[in-house]
Amino acid sequence: MANMISDETIAYVGILAKLELSGEEKERAKKDMEEMLDYMDQLNELDTSDTEPMSHAFFMQNVFRKDVVTNGDGSKDTLANAPEKKDGGIKAPKTIG
Amino acid sequence: MSLTGFTALELGKKIKVREVSVKETAAAFLAAIRNRDQTTNSFITVDEEQVLKRAELVQTQIDNGSLCGPLAGVPMAVKDNICTKGIKTTCGSKMLDQFLPTYTAEAVRNLECAGAVLLGKTNMDEFAMGSTTEASYYGAARNPWNERHVTGGSSGGSCAAVAAEECPFSLGSDTGGSIRQPSSFCGVTGIKPTYGTVSRYGLIAYGSSLDQIGPIAKNVSDCAAVLEVISSWDQKDSTSIQRRDLDFTSALLDDVAGMKIGIPRDYFDDGLDAEVRAAVLEAADILKERGAQVEWFDLGLVKYAVPAYYVIACAEASSNLARFDGVKYGYRTGEYEGLHHMYKKSRSEGFGLEVKRRIMLGSFVLSSGYYDAYYLKALKTRTLLKQEFDKAFAIYDVILGPTAPSTAPALGSSLEDPMKMYLGDIYTVSVNLAGLPGISVPCGTDSKGLPIGMQLIGDCFQEKKIIRAAYAFEQSGTYRRSPLACGAIE
Repeated sequence: MANMISDETIAYVGILAKLELSGEEKERAKKDMEEMLDYMDQLNELDTSDTEPMSHAFFMQNVFRKDVVTNGDGSKDTLANAPEKKDGGIKAPKTIG
Repeated sequence: MSLTGFTALELGKKIKVREVSVKETAAAFLAAIRNRDQTTNSFITVDEEQVLKRAELVQTQIDNGSLCGPLAGVPMAVKDNICTKGIKTTCGSKMLDQFLPTYTAEAVRNLECAGAVLLGKTNMDEFAMGSTTEASYYGAARNPWNERHVTGGSSGGSCAAVAAEECPFSLGSDTGGSIRQPSSFCGVTGIKPTYGTVSRYGLIAYGSSLDQIGPIAKNVSDCAAVLEVISSWDQKDSTSIQRRDLDFTSALLDDVAGMKIGIPRDYFDDGLDAEVRAAVLEAADILKERGAQVEWFDLGLVKYAVPAYYVIACAEASSNLARFDGVKYGYRTGEYEGLHHMYKKSRSEGFGLEVKRRIMLGSFVLSSGYYDAYYLKALKTRTLLKQEFDKAFAIYDVILGPTAPSTAPALGSSLEDPMKMYLGDIYTVSVNLAGLPGISVPCGTDSKGLPIGMQLIGDCFQEKKIIRAAYAFEQSGTYRRSPLACGAIE
């Protein structure tokens, strides 16, 4: 194994990914990630010093349209999907104070 | 022959000349689902009452002349990561177990406008992450040719449903081979269109720069007809491309005379199963006999496609799946202390192992300190891979090779060794990285009786060339077989 993932790294990635892993899951994730990163390190065999990165297959640019409502009021259907609701709004845990 | 044995276009004709009604047709497929889905587990949701209601409505529209296209009245199935208004769309995940979309995906809307009747939503790997359809919250789909084997994935339910005649055609999505590979494993035909051809509006995003919706059917003609309907420029998808050459059925010509077909040497390395190799090369010989110029060439950089793909796909997935936080829709955990704990617990309980694995990896390759080494490096590799294809398509009309290195593996043999599963995507992922169109067509079976698929790859916007080559091969006639005709499923 060339790549070693520390407990700190797994904890940090868990924060970024907003995932809470059990002890067993963490060990598994470390092993999987080390294996994948070793495999991905193959890309270092390629000289890309003069190569531009490609994020899309084609040239992409922002597309603008007029901000006009075309789909009517979907609030009832949208609210029906909410895990918890109150007074026509989505109920979420307190965020401040 | 039972109604379910006909192709989509044949059924459309029968409905048009009033030989059968829309309702009779839908009922025949609903009965097939009732009989065979306990074996294949292709469907997650089927609402029989709604299907028959819709069939009656479509019949009225056919009768009054407002619907007259080739797919009017024809039933279909749709992969469960494609939104359907008011019909549960789970993405194969506990996270969206109760999710009812408030709108319908553009591709499905196009088909509904053409008169297709939705039978139900098909099984898939959770969030389309997997190559076997075993990573589904609703249990693994099983291959109609042998129920102890996987269907492939992630559009495994959509492909198994077509193979087992539970629907005449279906929609799948393809991020790294998810239409073509299960099509190969289930002995059906599937197309991944050029990026931007089919609107992604309403497709639950996995890797946004790679995802495309495409058709799966019994043959090339059906696929071309469905692709013609679902392709459209859509303001609601900023990556949608305005094309004028969407008359794909005009390419259904039994003529490959003079067509230049290249076979990449690197696709036939040691990792390829000998029986798959033989069947694909035999198919290439058939195209040669029919007048195509077939030759070997070096594509180059083939082994770098899978690592580059997994960096990019996981990075995009980690960003796309950040929206599943238990707030507005989807699963929310029962007990928590504060907002952040609610986010973390909901996501950890709502996502399965493979999804978490890819979100973790994606978050890592995008994190500061590793972004340049992994993510940026993969994007640069993507440029190099595209250049290799550009060089090839300056010479060849079509690239021919296997769709997958083997036939369908046995159930339970893939998820424990994810690296092995990822390597199975070697022939399909580069097509997504470069935005190209690809088709998988059945070209034989192995000694275990499992189907083998041949992949034809075209340059961007050249679907017609791969459709023409695939159609000409299909007309040679030996490989149109069904698991029902072979007695693999009753």
